[in-house]
Amino acid sequence: MKRIISAVLVAWTLCVSLASAQDLAGSPIQTLLQEHRALIEKASRKTIQPAIDALGESGLPQAQVVLEKWQDKELWQRESDGLFFFAEKVDSTTWRLIDIDTGAPVGEVDKGEIDQLKPNSGVRSLIGATLVQFQLLDPDPAKRIEALDAIQRDPEESHLAALAGSIEKEPDPEIRTRKERLVRLLTISWSESEEDRIAAIESFKGDLGVDTRAALNPLVATIREVAEGEIPQGVNLAARLRPGSEALPAAEAYALLVGNGLAPERIDADARLAALQQNIVEGRVGGVPLAQLDTEEARDRAYAALAEAGVVPPTALQADVDAALAAHVFYDRYAEPNAVITEAANETLSSINTQVGLNQALDLGLDALSLASIYFLAAIGLAVTFGVMGVINMAHGEFIMMGAYTGYVVQQLIPDYTISILVALPMAFAVTFAAGVALERLVIRWLYNRPLETLLATFGISIALQQLAKNIFGTQARPLTSPGWLDGALVLNDVVSISYIRIAIFVLALIFLFLFLFIMNRTRIGLEVRAVTQNPRMAASMGINPDRINMLTFGLGSGIAGIAGVAIGLYAKVTSELGADYIVQSFMTVVVGGVGNIWGTLLGATMIGFLQKGIEWLNPSNTLAAQTYMIIFIIIFIQFRPRGIIALKGRAAGD
Amino acid sequence: MTRSFFARNPSVLIFIAVLAVFTLAVTLASEATGTGALSTSFVKTLGKTLCLCLVAIAMDLIWGYAGILSLGHMAFFGLGGYMIGMWLMYARTEAIVATSMANAQIPPTDQEIVDAIGTQIFGVVGSSDFPPIWIFADSLALQLMLVVLVPGLLALVFGWLAFRSRVTGVYLSILTQAMTLALSLYLFQNDSGLRGNNGLSGLQNLPGANNIPQADISLWFFWASAFALGVGYLLAAWIVSGKFGSVIRGIRDDEARVRFLGYSVEGYKLFVFTITAIIAAIAGALYYPQAGIINPAEIAPIASIYLAVWVAIGGRGRLYGAVIGAAFVSLLSTMFTGGQVPSVPLGFYTIDWVDWWQVLLGLSFVLVTLFAPKGIGGLVDLVTGRRPPDRHGADLGPDKGSLQEREAEQ
Repeated sequence: MKRIISAVLVAWTLCVSLASAQDLAGSPIQTLLQEHRALIEKASRKTIQPAIDALGESGLPQAQVVLEKWQDKELWQRESDGLFFFAEKVDSTTWRLIDIDTGAPVGEVDKGEIDQLKPNSGVRSLIGATLVQFQLLDPDPAKRIEALDAIQRDPEESHLAALAGSIEKEPDPEIRTRKERLVRLLTISWSESEEDRIAAIESFKGDLGVDTRAALNPLVATIREVAEGEIPQGVNLAARLRPGSEALPAAEAYALLVGNGLAPERIDADARLAALQQNIVEGRVGGVPLAQLDTEEARDRAYAALAEAGVVPPTALQADVDAALAAHVFYDRYAEPNAVITEAANETLSSINTQVGLNQALDLGLDALSLASIYFLAAIGLAVTFGVMGVINMAHGEFIMMGAYTGYVVQQLIPDYTISILVALPMAFAVTFAAGVALERLVIRWLYNRPLETLLATFGISIALQQLAKNIFGTQARPLTSPGWLDGALVLNDVVSISYIRIAIFVLALIFLFLFLFIMNRTRIGLEVRAVTQNPRMAASMGINPDRINMLTFGLGSGIAGIAGVAIGLYAKVTSELGADYIVQSFMTVVVGGVGNIWGTLLGATMIGFLQKGIEWLNPSNTLAAQTYMIIFIIIFIQFRPRGIIALKGRAAGD
Repeated sequence: MTRSFFARNPSVLIFIAVLAVFTLAVTLASEATGTGALSTSFVKTLGKTLCLCLVAIAMDLIWGYAGILSLGHMAFFGLGGYMIGMWLMYARTEAIVATSMANAQIPPTDQEIVDAIGTQIFGVVGSSDFPPIWIFADSLALQLMLVVLVPGLLALVFGWLAFRSRVTGVYLSILTQAMTLALSLYLFQNDSGLRGNNGLSGLQNLPGANNIPQADISLWFFWASAFALGVGYLLAAWIVSGKFGSVIRGIRDDEARVRFLGYSVEGYKLFVFTITAIIAAIAGALYYPQAGIINPAEIAPIASIYLAVWVAIGGRGRLYGAVIGAAFVSLLSTMFTGGQVPSVPLGFYTIDWVDWWQVLLGLSFVLVTLFAPKGIGGLVDLVTGRRPPDRHGADLGPDKGSLQEREAEQ
């Protein structure tokens, strides 16, 4: 009885398992795989394409998952019946099989009963290309963008067709535009048709994208070659080079000849000297006395004699080099054999370069504008003390530094950067205002009408303050961190961008310009300042206290310097020499602009900012040289407008 | 008016006598020729101080007498140093290279020698080619001429441009400061041809004088500096004593009035500017072989401002004032920054003079400007009992900013 039962059980189990196997084999995806089973089992790059295509074009919902798993080596085959499964590990010997159609677990098997499919890298990349198709049509837009990014990062020939095929069904207009652009880019490199490529190349005229240039530049890459006599026919010639010119120095040209086996090697000077030294015989080398060997010709002669005697390997002499260079032509040819395409590419590149140049000029202009606003901020306080009061304040730079250090100290006390900056600006104004008033009361008011003495006395203050800052804060640079929302840059396109911090400084400069204009032209104190500037005695007899006005004006100028210090500290490191770096430029700004006029200061700052950036652009490696040339330019400029761009006329001009 | 130059300027004789006695004393106390009471490095310091006194005289001429606050004379001083430094460096490197190459069995070609020197000198800035400005570096005579010519021509061109467009007063000061800044920034570049911020070094080793001890060399330079100072003082005293001196003092006090009297104000200014630049350059050419190294930081505008500080503290408008100021402040500076002055413990804080000297200097400079515009030299007036002319406190000129009488007695 027991036997019968067990036999029945076995038979039943067999039946069930057979039935289920029949069932599994019946699913469309499994059927498809089984059709191509032979190809899949012995997958190789050359033969696998039909199988992948069949999966890709089947339209089955599971096809993508199967391809992905296959690519990731997660597709398994049961040895007993050759069916394909996904599998996951249960323990070291047991694996759980998962149905590829439904994703339901089928059962657990021993590891020995199943085989892992291990497609090689060639096969995997073919699978990848087909997968791209799926990703490009994925219902999730984020996935589609991801696929586009991947293609852009690492474009391949196979992507072109897939991408072109996916445009039709693209619902999102933005992604569609991007796809179309990418198709054109890929067309440039991979398309079979010449017309298509040229059309694609020409469609990119004036395009600023870095990817465009990356696609176009390989087309115009050149290879340097050399030929005997004439340049061979049928070469897509880029340029003919003359040996000894700047593009091809004679030594390089000869090295090219040697490299191509067209000329014997020429021994270099050091090796020749070593060879001569080894062959000194009784004070002579190759018959030439040692004492005479202090010229190139004598050494060549001695080496030639040695070579003739067979002691050293022969070498080309200078005359041979010249003859060899004359007998050959040197040229650059395009790697791309089709001249029409290189021409189109060159044309498009030059139009792109023009566009890039224009945009770079714009970028440079923005840079210059932000530099100008920094100079304006640094100089506006000076314009008040120097321009309005006629007082040279050499300690102005140290007030800027004081403002920056105030910002630093405030940041140490208030950890939130946004709040600390908002506190630091008025704090810096207050601190430097007080310092300015103190300086005016203690020193400067005794020295009115003696400008050179003021210069020297304030210089004494300046070195004392600088050293004091060094003693308190140390010599290392202190950071003044800008709030997070000022990080980053406003990017207009691939060429033009400007950091938010520079925009903020520009805005700050504008605010101060209008604040200053408002105070001077619309308030009582401004009126009194102007009156004292023009004629202190008359102002005094009108009931204005010139002492008080001078004190306030000086305080105002110093206070603005403090705020400029916070702004400058945000993008430069705060050191005790911070102010000294700006003082000469600030004076230049005021002098070039014209003393006693805020618009002059604005113009002066703009001119100096643009000039410095312009010179830096001409000589990009060297900001030091740029500053040198700028100062020289200013010295010459002063020749033609000694009183600055906007010179005061009439009585207001004073002396 | 038949009285001799010395009779009219007794201070010149006194100065020369003091300088001679000082030189003799140092010679007798030096290691090379005397008791050895003064170390070689101190003799060098004294020699350098004499050079600084010479450039201070130049500064006094241009500022104290002609009223032009130039913030560029230390640039001329540095340029003079660079010019002589080029020869010193080239000649010495050439000697070293020649010695090392003499051992080779095959004599080097001329090009190899030049290349080796170039590699030695410019290797530090990643180059081995001689820049064109070194073309005369192998000749002492030509390079000595350049000591005078380069700063002289620079001063001439700059002065001509500045004075003809009537840039005066603080504007001129700022312009000269800009020139100094431009020059030092230019020299800071590695491709300026003068070794960038490394500057020229090893200048204390005279070429061909390997066997002569530094003690002797330091004394020679001390004598040379003392001689140059004496000659410079005489020249300056002669320039300011005659009619010429009256004109430049007139320009200082009221430029417009002198112009209306028919003098070519620009010409006078240009002459004084150029001659003082040359004096500064010669002082620099004597200073840097004693200092041993020159780099662009020495030319930075701050150096020129310190020069003005020395002259102001010593007393403008009198030549011996400038000398006293330069010697006093620069020696004091060396002492304080060299840590030779003991710190002052205040209980809660110890004043370390290395850190606080600049603060002290800056503040005392302000005090001198405010309360003692005559400087240290003003003490001499107390001894001689000299009184300024009594004009009841009126300005000496009609312009605001013209000197008050208590500042303009020279």
